[in-house]
Amino acid sequence: MAFLRRSSPATAPAPVSLRRTANDLQVGERATVCCLKDPEMALKLLEMGCIPGTQVRLAGRAPLGDPLMLVLGDEEYTLSLRVSEAATIQLKD
Amino acid sequence: MQDIPTAPRPTTLPPAQARPAADHLPRLALIGNPNSGKTSLFNQLTGLNQKVGNFPGVTVDRKTGIAQLGGQRRAEIIDLPGTYSLYPKSLDERVITDLLYNPDSADYPNFVVVTVDASNLRRSLLLFSQLADLGLPAILALNMTDVAAERGIQIDLPALERELGVPVVPMNARKGVGVAALRIVMAERLAAPPALRFWKLGDDLLPLVRQIRYYFNLHNDYLALHYAHQFRGLRFLSDDERAYIQELTDKYKFDSTARQAEETIARYARINELLLEVVTVTRTEQREPVSNRIDKVLTHRVFGYLIFLAVLFLLFQAIFAWAQYPMDLIDQGVASLNELIQAHFHGPLVRLLTEGVIAGLGGVVIFIPQIALLFAFLAVLEETGYMARVTFLMDKLMRPFGLSGKSVVPLISGLACAVPAIMGARTIESWKDRMLTIFVTPLMSCSARIPVYTVLVALVVPDEAWLGIFNMRGLVLMGLYLLGLVSALVSAFVLKKILKARERSYFIMEFPVYRWPRWKNVGLTIVEKVKAFIFQAGKVIVAISVLLWVLASYGPGDRQDKAEAQIRQREEQLDTPNAAGQYPKRRPPEAGELEREIASARLETSYAGTFGHVIEPVIRPLGFDWKVGIALLTSFAAREVFVGTMSTIYSVGQDADLGTVQQKLANEKDINGQPFFTPVRALSLLVFYVFAMQCMSTLAVTYRETKSWRWPLGQLVYMTGLAYAASLLVWQVFS
Repeated sequence: MAFLRRSSPATAPAPVSLRRTANDLQVGERATVCCLKDPEMALKLLEMGCIPGTQVRLAGRAPLGDPLMLVLGDEEYTLSLRVSEAATIQLKD
Repeated sequence: MQDIPTAPRPTTLPPAQARPAADHLPRLALIGNPNSGKTSLFNQLTGLNQKVGNFPGVTVDRKTGIAQLGGQRRAEIIDLPGTYSLYPKSLDERVITDLLYNPDSADYPNFVVVTVDASNLRRSLLLFSQLADLGLPAILALNMTDVAAERGIQIDLPALERELGVPVVPMNARKGVGVAALRIVMAERLAAPPALRFWKLGDDLLPLVRQIRYYFNLHNDYLALHYAHQFRGLRFLSDDERAYIQELTDKYKFDSTARQAEETIARYARINELLLEVVTVTRTEQREPVSNRIDKVLTHRVFGYLIFLAVLFLLFQAIFAWAQYPMDLIDQGVASLNELIQAHFHGPLVRLLTEGVIAGLGGVVIFIPQIALLFAFLAVLEETGYMARVTFLMDKLMRPFGLSGKSVVPLISGLACAVPAIMGARTIESWKDRMLTIFVTPLMSCSARIPVYTVLVALVVPDEAWLGIFNMRGLVLMGLYLLGLVSALVSAFVLKKILKARERSYFIMEFPVYRWPRWKNVGLTIVEKVKAFIFQAGKVIVAISVLLWVLASYGPGDRQDKAEAQIRQREEQLDTPNAAGQYPKRRPPEAGELEREIASARLETSYAGTFGHVIEPVIRPLGFDWKVGIALLTSFAAREVFVGTMSTIYSVGQDADLGTVQQKLANEKDINGQPFFTPVRALSLLVFYVFAMQCMSTLAVTYRETKSWRWPLGQLVYMTGLAYAASLLVWQVFS
């Protein structure tokens, strides 16, 4: 599904980041959001409360591995998002 | 940021003013995040029947109602779709910008009531802060205080009011707690002071923003900023105005995405600061919320699908087995009513009443049990929050076909009726996903096809068990539904290759917390849907039934009379002794046979018969005759007309009191005296009905939702072509 994926604008950091993303989390693992890679996706994520500094926990994956269930903050609420969307959420080490 | 009080129109009513006239009721808008209880509150305030769902974005249309406020005041309330911010990502949310960004709009609200989820205050306040910065007077309806209390969240209400500068009303809209207080506050708020500001736009933006502001004579910088962000989506702007803003944003190199992100983060920083003063969380024990534990089962890799299948199975069981009892009763009731009337009265008007009106009405009423059960099911699935989990489970499966998990809800709703289903597709943000969903949804077998399926399947498939457990009829029915589903998916797959994406598709959504369905809402949904069916589809069905009866009873010129005279003459000859004084050999006399023969001949020479004969050459390769042709033609208005048409045609052609439609069809003979509806012929007809686009309402709603005739015309041509080809294949191969 590589077609038509909109590439990030030239302003995005060029080096491929080796940071872990929300997609790399093990089920049940917690981490803190560091930054959001994709500017357009970031807007949506920000509005839904996924802000840098927020704690996230991977609550589970759909049976076919995609989408994911991400619990935000202090067990406040659950977002459901695709692997490609979760991969734009970079985590603090 | 100084706001010059030169708003194009006053947004407040002077308190001294007398009660406004009925047509100038103060107008207020209800706005909030999805699942913040907004629609429940709307129902509490207005008492209007309206659908409340737990699925994000169930409110796709703006709904209005009149609310009685405190102090004898009334107000018009507009219910807006749920949104997370004032930067719309979907068509749903665009309704909001259209309303709030145009102070000259007739619907521009005097103030807004912002519903806020108390258990999730930070995110909810983002939207509130944007609204406040637009300069809209507001009230905060602090909803779901019970959930917040459960989670140990304590909110200092006076502090919150002070920090936000607006009245805060704690409430529980589901239970109606706090609604009375809200009414009183709303009445006072009609003379509202301006709200506080939460975010100040950067000085570097001022040259751009001020130019837009003065050009459009806006009352506020922040509103002007939104024009710069969203001018492409604001439908009330003219092309020239859009071009003007475009020019300005190009000139100042305005990066909308970056600016939005910047603004949102700044707002959160301000909100976090504010919440430190207002909210204290005392957690008694760190326990996983119940909803998360339920999710572990319902989205389990094995149980998840099994449970979803079980739910679907239960749904079909309800539609086909449980609904059968009330349907049989209705069927028999209509038949005996007709017999009763015909036993006591005679004449053409009585025949119009029984064979036209009552027969048509019967064809409408018989659907009620199935429609009620289906919508009850869908309503419960939405209310409980399970629909969102279905989306989650199905997304990966739907994507190869160019659809998303969000397409599942419209597709499943399409089993009930394509019209609301297509409207429900508005929650799909991506244009391409949405168009695909709209295009293929009518291929799902809707409830209007049920009577066609039921009648024809019962006619040719024996009511026997297969392998001892599966009912043969049930299996065939399921096959028809699967055929519809498969054709929808394959069509989507093909269309996916043709259509180009206009923007990226998002899937991200919030999982609503599991809740018990509110039975009152379920009941209201059922009543609403049944009413809509009876008064919308029903009107068409009855009208067409009557029209058909007329067409089938009268013919061009005196052809009917001639045909009748011919038969009578023949009979008289048979009755006249020949030269040898003997009567010709006669068939054993059968009661009413002459009348039936005459009626049949009259039908064949009627307008309807003539019509059917004209199209017979086209449909003969499918195995259909002119009688089926009449039914096919009338079905293009709405499929459910088929059964009514068949019963009208056959009750006109035979004794009117023969009973149920099924018997009428079973008694139909071909030219060789064999039953006309052989299994293959019935199958050909069934396949035609699975695929054919035979619903004017669906075409109309597709036009409305796509704003282009290309889509409904495409549906009509594609689906009907598919139906013809499939039917042709069945008849030519198997007969």
